[in-house]
Amino acid sequence: MIDLQLTALLLSPLLGGLLLAAFGSRRWAAELNSLMSFLTFAAAVALTVRVVEAGPQVAFKEQFFIDQFNVFLVALTAFIAFTTSLFSRPYMRIEQEHGKLSTPMLHLYYSMYQFFTLAMLVALTTNNMGIIWVAMEAATLTTVLLVSLYRTPASLEAAWKYFILCGVGIALALFGTILLYFAAERVLGQGGTALLWTHLNQVKGELEPTVLKLAFIFLLVGYGTKIGLVPLHSWLPDAHAEGPTPVSAVLSGLLLNVALCAVMRCKVLVDGSLGTDSTGGTDFTVGADFTGGTHFAGNLMMGFGLLSVVVAALFLSRQKDIKRMFAYSSIEHMGLITFAFGMGGKVATFAALLHMTMHSLTKSAIFFAVGHAVQKAGTQQMENIRGMMQISPTVGWGLMLGTFAILGMPPFGVFASEFLIITTAMHDYPWTTPILLVALGIAFASIFGKVQPIVFGETNARRLPHQPALLPVFAHLLLVLILGLYMPPYLADWYRQAAALLG
Amino acid sequence: MSYTIQFINLLAAILLLIVFAMLSQRRILSLINLFAWQGLVLTISTFVVAYSTAQHHLYYSAALTLLLKVLVLPWLLHRLIRKLNVRWDVETLINIPTTMLVGIALVIFAFNLAAPISQLAEGITRGLIGIALASVLLSLLMMLTRRKAISQVVGFLAMENGLFFAATSATHGMPLVVELGIALDVLVATFIFGIFFFQIRETFDSLDITHMEKLKDD
Repeated sequence: MIDLQLTALLLSPLLGGLLLAAFGSRRWAAELNSLMSFLTFAAAVALTVRVVEAGPQVAFKEQFFIDQFNVFLVALTAFIAFTTSLFSRPYMRIEQEHGKLSTPMLHLYYSMYQFFTLAMLVALTTNNMGIIWVAMEAATLTTVLLVSLYRTPASLEAAWKYFILCGVGIALALFGTILLYFAAERVLGQGGTALLWTHLNQVKGELEPTVLKLAFIFLLVGYGTKIGLVPLHSWLPDAHAEGPTPVSAVLSGLLLNVALCAVMRCKVLVDGSLGTDSTGGTDFTVGADFTGGTHFAGNLMMGFGLLSVVVAALFLSRQKDIKRMFAYSSIEHMGLITFAFGMGGKVATFAALLHMTMHSLTKSAIFFAVGHAVQKAGTQQMENIRGMMQISPTVGWGLMLGTFAILGMPPFGVFASEFLIITTAMHDYPWTTPILLVALGIAFASIFGKVQPIVFGETNARRLPHQPALLPVFAHLLLVLILGLYMPPYLADWYRQAAALLG
Repeated sequence: MSYTIQFINLLAAILLLIVFAMLSQRRILSLINLFAWQGLVLTISTFVVAYSTAQHHLYYSAALTLLLKVLVLPWLLHRLIRKLNVRWDVETLINIPTTMLVGIALVIFAFNLAAPISQLAEGITRGLIGIALASVLLSLLMMLTRRKAISQVVGFLAMENGLFFAATSATHGMPLVVELGIALDVLVATFIFGIFFFQIRETFDSLDITHMEKLKDD
């Protein structure tokens, strides 16, 4: 049974949020935040061990469902939420000393940080497609006030855009969920079970393909807004650039993954429904103008993914703000992952899961390093940040190595996953390979060309008075490096099982 | 039975009319009142569906709708515009005839999109999905065309109403736990919108979001 682990997993951020809502302005609030995040992480590890041993399980009257796919995301989410809380403790204190944040704002930040973790974990572990929606909306609601934490005109604008766009997007996802329920109700009957993913998965072959197709379009567009897929991405660079750095790190490293997880859950159902359709030979009216009955969901995801990779790569070179640039890099990588999931098949899905892990670890590490660089330079404009290596070798190396890693340089794990994705694309969809390679090349040139002077340029600024706390950066990068050099067999096996579940 | 179907169809038509009225309404106060009326129509239709299909949990949904969308949310919005002193504000920038034409096109699009689903539906749901989708899209249009923060929020809430109508009419209501979750999210969202209004006005001295179009890629 996993009831105990699951309860601990969801209870610790809930408790943390409530405690920090009460005591968030005390001096030890940051430590409490880290402690609660650590407890969450410990529970996630226990849950992971249990599920890897015993296989997929349901809990609490089937309201929660854990399999190899989502437990891997739970572990990743809890780990990065924990390291980000470690990073944010000194970072937010310095922001406070600089007078950019007041104690009530920090109070709000700590409390919302825990509730945000809770929302993501609920979205990942729930078995109910309706509750996924509720949790995704809750994740938006908890972060929207964090994006506007600095109360500058730009941050307010970013937060408003985030709120409205994601609100609209998520509303479309709700319509998709309603359509899904409409189809499910005809098979499973009235009542609570018709939205439970495990039940839907069992009868997915009997679900009405016409309805599921339409539902998937709405769900993909809706949750795709959250993933930051082009052309629904316009909130993402603003929110990442204007919010506090720890928030950018968790938005980019975690929230996008969670939204993608929701899409994948839907894709499994749609694929199942359409798979029977192509063999059963029933006619479908909507299907006439979509190519390929079975690959409908995959093709849509590939299209959105490819578009995101290309557009993000083109936008990268035009960025002047360092956090904005890395936000576009997130769009690019999420596009790549969506594309890989869309291709389907064991290898591509394996690569996509691996890339999800690598991107989350690397991108949050980069945001940590960027946070310190920006704090020192006092600006996010890249032309004014110079000579990080002279100011603080730790920050400089963190930023440089992180950039190498995210650009897919060989020893790091991102290389392995990108290599797998591109070779699979070469094999299954050869025409996409040149597009992907050119986009990745442009991204490489743009990011490297901009980070290099930031790290190695000349500066008159003095050395950093205090040693920056960048342990999380190097811990993340070390993990990415190790996984790039050597993938332990049990971990590879775990990824393979997860990939098999998604098909 | 056929009377209830006709009655629900009538309510659906009224719902669509109200969305069109909202689309063309320039005064913020009237907009909020229209939103409350929309909530009332929604309550009645949920109640009628509950009665005719004997789905008991829909009675709770109807009560929840009455409480949240007819009483609490409009009251909150009224309070907000009184505190923000924008009670008599009129929006100037919208081109109503064009918006109406785009709206009509959207309705046709929604009906076409929903046509294959309507064929599957039995009983009272036929045709209602189209109307629900149309009102969702029209609310979306309203959010796009408006320049005042409050009208955008009313558009957001109206969109949620359209979705709720789809849920009750097409599927006889989602499971209660999901509906409660959605209601909670909407309530919290409205509170956060309220906080935002004050922050926006403090920073920009106005609730016009035209001031907030500075973040662009150049």
